Amino acid sequence: MKKYLRMKILVYVLTFIFAVTIDWLIPRLMPGNPILVLVSRFSGLPESARVIYSYLTKAFGLDEPMWKQYLNFWIAFLKGDLGISIYLYPKPVLDVLKSALPFSLGLLLPSIIASWIVGNNLGAIAARRKRLDSIMLPTMYFITGAPYLWLGILLAYYFGVVLRIFPIAGAYSFALRPHWSWLFISDYLKHWILPFLSLFIVQLGGWAIGMRNMVIYELESNYSRYLETLGVKQKLIRKYAFRNAILPQVTGLALQLGTIIAGQVTTEVVFSYPGIGYVLTQAILNQDYFLIQGCFIFIIIGVLVANFTVDLVYMLLDPRVRYSYGGEI
Amino acid sequence: MKKVLFVMLVVTLMSTVLFASVVYERKETLYAGGGLWAPPSNWNPITPWNAVTGTVGLIYETLYGYDPLKDELIPWLAESGRWTSKNTFEIKLRRGVTWHDGTPFTSKDVKFTYELSKQIPEISYSPIWTWLAKIDTPDDYTVIFTFSSPRYHEWNYNIYQTPIIPQHIWSKKSKEDILSGANEKAIGTGAYLFETYSDDRMVYLRNDNWWGNKVFGQPKPKRIVYLRVLSNNVALGMIMKGELDISNFFLPGVPTLKKTYSDIHTWFEKEPYMLSDNVAYLFINTTKKPLNDPNLRRAIAFAIDPSVIARTVFEGQVVPSNPVGFLPIKGWMKYYPENAAKQFGFKYDPKTARDLLDKAGYKDVNKDGYREAPDGSKFKVEIIVPFGWTDWMESIKLIASQLRQVGINAEAKFPDYSKYWEDLTTGKFDMAINNFNSQMTVSPWTMYNWVFNSNISSEMYNGNFGRYVNQKLFELITQLNSTPMDDISGCKRIVEQIAEIHLKEMPAIPLWYNGMWFQASTQVWKGWPSEKMPYAYPVTWGGRWQTGGVLMLIGLKQ
Repeated sequence: MKKYLRMKILVYVLTFIFAVTIDWLIPRLMPGNPILVLVSRFSGLPESARVIYSYLTKAFGLDEPMWKQYLNFWIAFLKGDLGISIYLYPKPVLDVLKSALPFSLGLLLPSIIASWIVGNNLGAIAARRKRLDSIMLPTMYFITGAPYLWLGILLAYYFGVVLRIFPIAGAYSFALRPHWSWLFISDYLKHWILPFLSLFIVQLGGWAIGMRNMVIYELESNYSRYLETLGVKQKLIRKYAFRNAILPQVTGLALQLGTIIAGQVTTEVVFSYPGIGYVLTQAILNQDYFLIQGCFIFIIIGVLVANFTVDLVYMLLDPRVRYSYGGEI
Repeated sequence: MKKVLFVMLVVTLMSTVLFASVVYERKETLYAGGGLWAPPSNWNPITPWNAVTGTVGLIYETLYGYDPLKDELIPWLAESGRWTSKNTFEIKLRRGVTWHDGTPFTSKDVKFTYELSKQIPEISYSPIWTWLAKIDTPDDYTVIFTFSSPRYHEWNYNIYQTPIIPQHIWSKKSKEDILSGANEKAIGTGAYLFETYSDDRMVYLRNDNWWGNKVFGQPKPKRIVYLRVLSNNVALGMIMKGELDISNFFLPGVPTLKKTYSDIHTWFEKEPYMLSDNVAYLFINTTKKPLNDPNLRRAIAFAIDPSVIARTVFEGQVVPSNPVGFLPIKGWMKYYPENAAKQFGFKYDPKTARDLLDKAGYKDVNKDGYREAPDGSKFKVEIIVPFGWTDWMESIKLIASQLRQVGINAEAKFPDYSKYWEDLTTGKFDMAINNFNSQMTVSPWTMYNWVFNSNISSEMYNGNFGRYVNQKLFELITQLNSTPMDDISGCKRIVEQIAEIHLKEMPAIPLWYNGMWFQASTQVWKGWPSEKMPYAYPVTWGGRWQTGGVLMLIGLKQ
């Protein structure tokens, strides 16, 4: 047990260092120059642009050699400093993340978890009912193939512009300042529901299909057949099948955290929703080394923590893992 | 599970919530968009180019405003100003102006603002000290600028561009803070106060003690909520729902929508709907073969038909440019070089383009359908615009096909913005569209100074991306700058010469005027400026409020 954890933690630390190094390096290998991009916003006299350019290059330390920049990065990182954003100059990266992350997490976590739970249950039910399955499978394939953008625009258009039930932009009414009141919370939820739905629906399909296929596979496998010939009740067989089928789904859940960012970006754009996704795309377009780094460090940490949690959950769900490290197998 | 969700929601809310309660009254609030693209992060008037829109104009003010519709400098913080000699400009300041914290505004603040850039040469406007000698303040309300070599055009531009900052606050700041502080809770003299912001909005509160209430009248909206809208669909939807009062976005489909939604207001009722605001130029890299040949560049100018682009890509929302790239505004047209335009101007004429090419030796030798350079080598030109700028992307596709029709092998390419900008600034491109500094100003000198920026270096931060070198042209532009603006015939003489070189050499081709995109909803606010009521230039972009935006706020009606 301890050995298992020790191994895991070591692997995670190494993965973290490696991932962060790549995260540091890749933006710097991109063609282009972030300070030039920043100065391109300047619409004054050309003489002045030169003044700004040379100042900013120094201020961001980009005139130093690469190895020194890398060293500076780790020194600052260990002090908890992620640098200053170039795109949102002069806001510190940490502040950018602090103000954007809550909105993203408020959308992401509920949509991932809700779609996982609902999707798995739907899939498991569909696997056992032929007639339901024949309707659900194509429907699920359809919605999982739907681009976030398209679904989002459709939702926004129908519920926002045609029915006018829900607002189409922002995280809360532009006429409000955040405060503790039922008015504000209901307003927040009203703005939250459409982006949530567009993320929820698209993810739902994937989980349902995955679970359906897994359960059918497990029900067809030898141990199920064997149990069947022994005359075991169907309910028990299904229980075993479900327990085995859930394992890949749990792994998928952890991986999903990293990939969902892409969906997050389009959802944020379609609903003009504040959050990390849009900030990240802008950071990439503006070649904001520091903000890209900062965003990805959070994603890396998120994925690693999720995977670690899954590893722990695995021990509970799958006794084989527990035993293999305990030296019992 | 529901419990877990609920707890998570509450936690998320808690982290975003401030404990201040304000609900903005719809009738008193103006919702605006189109000038805010990133989460608000900077209100520093020393870096106005990077500050949230409204930092200059609403919070900080300039000595003058500028009204492009009448071509008048509007005395703003200055009450009056005049050239007392060839190289001294005397400004009388308004009395009774106070900073938001109650401190009176005096000539010391003006002197401090300009002299700060002498102490800190990293400030963007510091190059003024190469032609400004000294600033005297004989009393609290008089400022005398003495120039070593006066640049009249640049000065007229400068006085409505430089925000005046309070000495009593900024003299205490460190150099670091001055140059790169975010300057939240900015203190200015303006009609609006910094109220609050979040990632997708900036909120301004009206300053009821504004000095201008007595001079210009009080701005009508109590609050301006400036929204960061992330896509055109959202902006369009919000205008239709009446959730956005004024939008300075380019929105495809406005001409069609206007037919069904009568409450979308634009400047003109019919085409082109929008005022012309800046010139889209096609820059040609004059350092690359065979584009270094003016004959080829001139032929390209004749081969492009901007009116097709205006009609199809922009649905009639833009107007093709005149051959010298002069915006159709009074301030520029008074210097319009008719002779040069007539004699050397170009217009869409593929036959002339073919003739020019034939004469210059560009012939299709190997019969592949495209012309070869006079030395017989094959060539191909790439036109670039940033990926995602859909109107420009469609435009250069059309341009490339028009060039292919006269036998020039051309292709449209769409690199990411940062790559586009790097190629442009480091001179790795063939042809590219750009308009970053051709906007409406007090003088066409600013356009020339940008298109023919004489500071040729390894990185062209701004302007003259094709690296066209012509000392005579550069001298003419400097000469124009140092000719008094009211010497119209003198300026015009110089402009004629500049235009002649421009048209003969064609290092950059003016194509069309991008519009002053302006759509307003009449559901809450009325009395928007228009062709029939041209009382203000309808702009809310950063650094432009003093050219009409503030006047528009004053002229609005409920």
